[in-house]
Formats: sequence, structure tokens, C-alpha cells
Amino acid sequence: MKKIFLILILIFISTKLVAEVNTKDKILKNLRCLVCQGQTISDSNSDFAKIIRSVVDDKIQEGLTEKEIYKFLSEKYGDWILFNPPLKNNSYILWFLPYLLFVLGGAILYLMIKKTLIEKK
Amino acid sequence: MLSNLGIIFSSISLLASLFLIHLSFVELKVSGDKIPKKIYKFSLVQLIFSLLSFLILLTGYIFSDFSMINVYENSHTTKPLFYKISGTWGNHEGSLLLWINILVIFSFLFLILNKNKNKNFKIFTLIFQNLLISIFFIFLLTNSNPFSPVFPVPNEGLGLNPILQDPALAIHPPLLYVGFVGSSIYFSAALAALISKVEAKSLAITLKPWISISWFFQTIGILVGSIWAYYELGWGGYWFWDPVENSSLMPWFLMTALLHSVLVLERRMGLYSWVIILSILTFTMSVVGTFLVRSGILNSVHTFANDPSRGLFILTFLVLMVFSSIFIFFKYAPSEKKNYRIFSKEFFILINNWFMIFFLAVVLIGTLYPVFLDTLSGEKISVGPPYYNFILTPFLIPLLFLMTSGPKHKWVSSETKKFFDIILFLSVFLFLIIFFVIKENNLLINLILLFSIYLIIQTIFDFYENLKNRNINLSRITSHFGFGLLIFFISINHIFSVESNFNVRMGEKKDIKNYVIKFENLETSSGNNYKSVIGYFEILNKKKLIKENLRPEIRIYNQPKTITYEASINSNLFSDTYLTMSNISDSDIFNIKFQKKPFMNFIWFSVLLISLGGILNFFNRKKEI
Amino acid sequence: MKKIHLIIICIFLIFIFTTFYLSLDNKKIYNTEDMVGQKIDKVELTLFNNNKTFNTKEISNYKFTLFNFWASWCAPCRKEHKNLIKLSKNKNLKIIGVNFKDNKTQAKEFLQEMGDPFFILIKDPKGKQSVNFGVYGIPETILVNQDLEILKKYIGPLDIKDVNEIKKIVKQ
Repeated sequence: MKKIFLILILIFISTKLVAEVNTKDKILKNLRCLVCQGQTISDSNSDFAKIIRSVVDDKIQEGLTEKEIYKFLSEKYGDWILFNPPLKNNSYILWFLPYLLFVLGGAILYLMIKKTLIEKK
Repeated sequence: MLSNLGIIFSSISLLASLFLIHLSFVELKVSGDKIPKKIYKFSLVQLIFSLLSFLILLTGYIFSDFSMINVYENSHTTKPLFYKISGTWGNHEGSLLLWINILVIFSFLFLILNKNKNKNFKIFTLIFQNLLISIFFIFLLTNSNPFSPVFPVPNEGLGLNPILQDPALAIHPPLLYVGFVGSSIYFSAALAALISKVEAKSLAITLKPWISISWFFQTIGILVGSIWAYYELGWGGYWFWDPVENSSLMPWFLMTALLHSVLVLERRMGLYSWVIILSILTFTMSVVGTFLVRSGILNSVHTFANDPSRGLFILTFLVLMVFSSIFIFFKYAPSEKKNYRIFSKEFFILINNWFMIFFLAVVLIGTLYPVFLDTLSGEKISVGPPYYNFILTPFLIPLLFLMTSGPKHKWVSSETKKFFDIILFLSVFLFLIIFFVIKENNLLINLILLFSIYLIIQTIFDFYENLKNRNINLSRITSHFGFGLLIFFISINHIFSVESNFNVRMGEKKDIKNYVIKFENLETSSGNNYKSVIGYFEILNKKKLIKENLRPEIRIYNQPKTITYEASINSNLFSDTYLTMSNISDSDIFNIKFQKKPFMNFIWFSVLLISLGGILNFFNRKKEI
Repeated sequence: MKKIHLIIICIFLIFIFTTFYLSLDNKKIYNTEDMVGQKIDKVELTLFNNNKTFNTKEISNYKFTLFNFWASWCAPCRKEHKNLIKLSKNKNLKIIGVNFKDNKTQAKEFLQEMGDPFFILIKDPKGKQSVNFGVYGIPETILVNQDLEILKKYIGPLDIKDVNEIKKIVKQ
């Protein structure tokens, strides 16, 4: 039982500690090409993607952080350009529902097992 | 003429299906054990004419008969023969005909191969399966007819998207259809089992081979799709959490849960409802996936052309199917006593089901949320790989742990304790070696490496244990071993992948980390239905002093006018070298993307191992009672 | 399974299927037409004819400004150009042209041939300045008021309907 607790704690901590090496690549992979069918700015060969890559380059040189670059682009093009949906009013359900369901599933399972344990006794 | 033949044959098959339903209802009232020959005959007629109609369409493609509008829209005389053939199912109408054929083939095979003694069970399965077949035939003939004639007959076709002209993509749909369309048979069988009160063990033995086969093909189908994406799409990745990819993955989660549940049902009664529900859900999810892909509500690289009328038909069918299944389940479900002992086999399979359904829910939420948000509020957002990776990856840790320690719990002897410690010790030891070599400081990835190593070591020990005891049931070990390897190599690949984007002119070279990339030459060439510009590159590995030659291409297709960027990939045993090139307009500068992708072949091999477990399972069948 | 479970499941499914149904006639190609209401950035743009700069904050001096993103190689830009000429006659409206990824000579020839509706002409040879306006293709036209607020975005060539709409807004 203790082991399981330890593992669970480790999981939650580990989602926080993600050391990122190449910021530019990470940003480009998180941006959506507006004129392509589901490609990232990093992968697309369209003119739009080339321009955005250049602009992101410039912004990194100017010293903007990753978050600031996302803010800049999503202000101009909408949140749609970000593959990682920002946590806003319109995405709370998106981000929290999975965890809710996991806990719900666990609770249902627990209740099912508990019933049979009591019956046995 | 082909057009008329196609319509006639399909109609005959539809009529046979309707007759089968009628005959089946009549037969329900008759007592006795044997299914009358009439039903076999009609089933055979149904099969033959269904196959014939598919053959007609195939012939149309092979001989470029543009009198059928479907061939006209999707083919071209200059297309290579192999791709003419695969073009048959590379479009909505043709693939729908393939859908129907799989439904019919499975219906027929079930009829002649299934040895269950409960006649009503077999009859009801036939009824449900043929309802599906009939509805799909009606859909085909009224809305998505591949045999629709066009007059006057055009001389030339509109061609096929060049990205689809790839061997992996040619076989990808048939493989997947045997997977998730094949799940129709256990959908029908599950409903039939409820109504005709088939008993648990008998049901498990009946369903298991069908589930194993469809799971196997679904796994291989997904693998082939990923291989295609990697080799053909040119971005160096193999999974994008694209809605169409997700549509093939979601039934897979359910099939996996179902496969595990049916294995337990073979020996114990506890998971009867689970098996029924999962059987129903799998095919339901397959239809949902089909709906998402063909209705046009999703924005994706892979979607078929949009047509809301198709969406409406499939949605209506889906609603009918789901509510009917719910009705039947609530009316006929047995009220069984559930006695799940903690840490029993059932307990661990239930945990597995919990995880599989959770993964399914995450993928479903991620896929549907943008659509729902847009429809209900007008706001548009995107949900891509960062979301899925963030939510799913941490849960791999407990999953790997449970896969390792779960199956061990059936042994109660004290010897197990010793093994437990040795394996844990070895795993941590191996992990530490790897940790000090690669020096990765991301805690999450390290945990995943640790637990995947744990699973790998445990399954190796299990293998030797099985050999000692002369136990030939290797399916679980093979699949779990494959899964451990898969997660391990995906992680290593993620850590060590190198990517570099730069501009270069012909004759120049560029230094990137340990490599020197020389742009040696540029040539133009033409293939069967395209013109291309080929770049000749030499990659020098400074550390190992190995030279590789790569030739990425820019292809210009004429029918339809498209430009594709063909990656040049050197697949070595331990690492792939990946190069794509694109030109910068009005200049002689080319933009090059250079990637090193380690252990790609190991990733493919791991999935093969996983699927191998499924096939071993299939051959490991008990005698039917 | 109790009856309450059945009802909950059915309600949930009805919600899902209804949403599916409603999604069927949604246009799926994304565009930025709804990105209105925010203010444009105060950026330095380069004039076409010389290399002097123009700061967008000067827009506050004009009642209404229309930014038009165009290029000589763009066929729909050609089609909409006469509508721009029409609009340039409007006293309340100043049209600022942004020449997007274009060749200077060819751009000049275009304007000589088709007429010059632009109060100010900006050059954006790399297309990067246009990103500040959320432009992702040409032609695009953005209507801005004195407070630098985006009133309307037109993706694609301006047609008569758009021209009338602009005229109506600008008359105030």
C-alpha cells in the first residue's frame, strides 16, 4: 500500500519537473500552421510557417519567454494556433475532466471491491 | 456495364442479407439444434455476391474504367498498378464497400466455424450482424455508391493524392478494417448472448478467437499507419494524436480491455457483464470513429472529403445502434453475484480495464473537445500532442508497475518472494547504469525508464520460468515484454532524437553537433506521374567516421497538382538518419531539416512483439464445449 | 444496473449525439474573422518609397483606417483593387497599403496599372510585419478606428457587400 502511495506522489511531482532543452523547437512544435491540415509550424513548408518561424526567431532574440511568445501569437491569431490549449475558462473541463474520471473510476472500483469484502465477512 | 453489374451484385447481396434476417426469425421459433441448410445457402450467396461486387470495383480501377464516377474521381491511367488497386479503398465509397465485405466475411465465417451448441445464440448473432450489413448496404446504394455511372465517359481520371501512393498506406485500411470492422461480430454475438442466455465460459470460448484476431489486426494496422506516417509524411514523427489516428486507437483500448477480460472469463464467471459491455462498446467506438472521420466535423491531415449527408446517416445509425444495445442490455442482463476477491485475477483485470477506459476517455475528450466547444460556444481551440503527452505519460508508470506485479499474484508460494527481490534489484541496477550513461534529468522520463526496465526483466524471468515448467502459454509474456520494450525505446528515442533546421546552397556544408552535412549535388528527374528535384547529400559522422548518402526529393505531381517533400531515410539498426529539403522561392537556397532518430526499428519491432502475443493467444485455444 | 443508471446514461448520450448533430453543418476551415475588438500593436513599419518609418500609433490621428495587405503576384488582390479605389474616395477613411512579400518594381507597376488607393504605402518584403496584425494570407483587409481597435477583418478579396459595410461603419 505504501509503495502505491509513493508511486502516486512521484507521478505528481514528475509532471512538474520537466527540464526543457531546446526552447525554440518546443515552441515551433507547439504552434499550429493556420493554412495546413493539422501540421505544426516546425514541420510545415508553407509560406505562413516560414514567416512564423522567422518571427519566433526574432522574438527569442528580443528576449521574450516562451509564454510571452505564445501570448503574442494567440492574441493575433487566436488560441487555435496553440497545440497546447491554455488553461482558461473555456478549457477547465478539458484539463480536469480526465483526472475526475480517473478518480471516479477508482471510486467505483473501490466500492465494488468493498462490497464483496464485506459480504465475505 | 461494370457499373450496372456492381449495383446488381450489391443489390443481390443486400437481398440475401434481408432474407437471412427473415429466415433467422422464422428459425427462432423452430426447435432443435441444427441450423437449416437454407441459411447456409443464403449466407453463401450473400458472401459470393458481396465479393463479386468488390471485384467489379477492383476491375474498374485496374482497367481504368472511368464510366464509374468513383474510379474517375480517384484514379488515373498513369498510376502504377499497385496503387490503382489500392485506390479502390482509398476513397470513401470504395472503403465503405470494403467495410461491408468484412462484415459479410465475418458473418459467414462465424456461421460455419462457430461450434457453440446454443442454436438461438448463433441465430441471433446472425440477425444482428445482418442488420448491420443491410443498413450499410442501403447506405452504400443510396448515398455512397461506388458504382454510380457517369456519362459521357471521361477519357482520364482526376487521379489520387500522391501522399496515399505508398505501400504501407495501401494495406493500412484493410488491416484496420479486419480489426475494428471485425469487432462487429462480437458486438452481434454479445447482444445475442444476452438474449439467448449463453453461459459465461461458453461465451468466452466462443468470443476469444474473434477478439484475438481483430485485436491482432488492429494492432498491426495501427503499426503500419505509424510506419507510413514516419516514412511518408516527412516530419520524422510517427504519432501525432491526429483525430483520425485517435479514431483507430480508441477501439484498440477497448479491444485490449476486452481481450484481457475474456481471458479471465474463460476460467471464472466474474467478468461476464464486462465482456458483454466491452464487446458492444468496441464496435460502437469503431462506428464513432468512422463518423468522426467521414462526417467532416474534424480538421485533419487524413480526413476523407467532407460530406455532411454521410455524417447524418452514420450518426442516425449510431444512435439507433447505441440505444438498441442499451435497451437489450438492460432488459436481458443477468443479475450475477459479483465476488471480486482483492488481488485476484479479476481484480487486476478490472484495474487494467480502469486504465484502458481512462486512456480511451482522455483520447476521446482531447479529440472531441474542440468540436464540442466550437459547436456549443463558437470558441475555437486546438488540442494537440502536448495535451495528450502531459496527461497520459505519468499514468504509464502505474500501468507498467501493475503489468509487472499483477500477473505474479497468482502464485502464493514462498519462492515468488525471492524472485520478486532479484528482479527489482536487477531492474534498479540496470536503470542506474543507463541513468549514468545518458544523464537525463527529467524525473518523469527516468521513472518511465525504470518501470519499463522492471517490466522487461520480469517478463524475461517469466519466460524462463515458463520454459522450466513446460508451459507453452507465452502470449501474455510476449505482449507484455513487447510493451515494456516499446515504452523503453520510445523514451530513449525521445531523449536522443536530434533535429536541426538550416539553410544551405548547393556545394556548401554545415556542421551540426557530431555531423558534417554536405550538399553535394542537385538533379531533376521524373517518375511515373511526377517530376522531381533530388538533392544529393553526404552526412559524415565525425565520431564514428561513417559516411551516409541521402537524397531527399521535392516532387511535383500533375494529377492532381500537388507538391510533396519526400524524406530520405537511412534506417540503420540502431538509428535512422532522416533528411528533408524544401526550396526557398526565388533563390538557390534550400531549407534542410536533418534528424537523427535512434531505435526506430526497435520501436516497430516492439509493436510486432505485442501483436505476436495476440496471435499466440489465437492458436492457444481450448476445445469448444 | 439500476434504472437511475440507465437514465443518467441516456441523458448523457442524448447530449453527445445532439452536439454531434449540431456540429455537422459547421464550417471547419479556421479563419481569424472573429479576432476583432482588440487593439493593434504600436509598431514601426517601413515606408515603401523611402526607408523612413511609420508608427501605427499615428492611426489615432485619423477617424478610420483601412489596412490592406496585398502583392502584385496575388490574383484576388487584382480583383478587389477597384473596390479599394472606390473606398479611397471616402473622406473619413484612410487606406494604408502593406505590400506583402513582393518585388518593388512589380509592385510599382501594379499600382501604375491599377491605380493607387493608398494614403500610405508600407513595404513588408519578408512578411514579418504583417504578423503583428494577425495576417496569414493575402488579400486581407483590416478596419481600425481612432482608438486603434480592430472593427472588422476581411479575409480574402473585398466584394461589394464588404465595401458597403465599410462605407456604413465609416459614415458615423
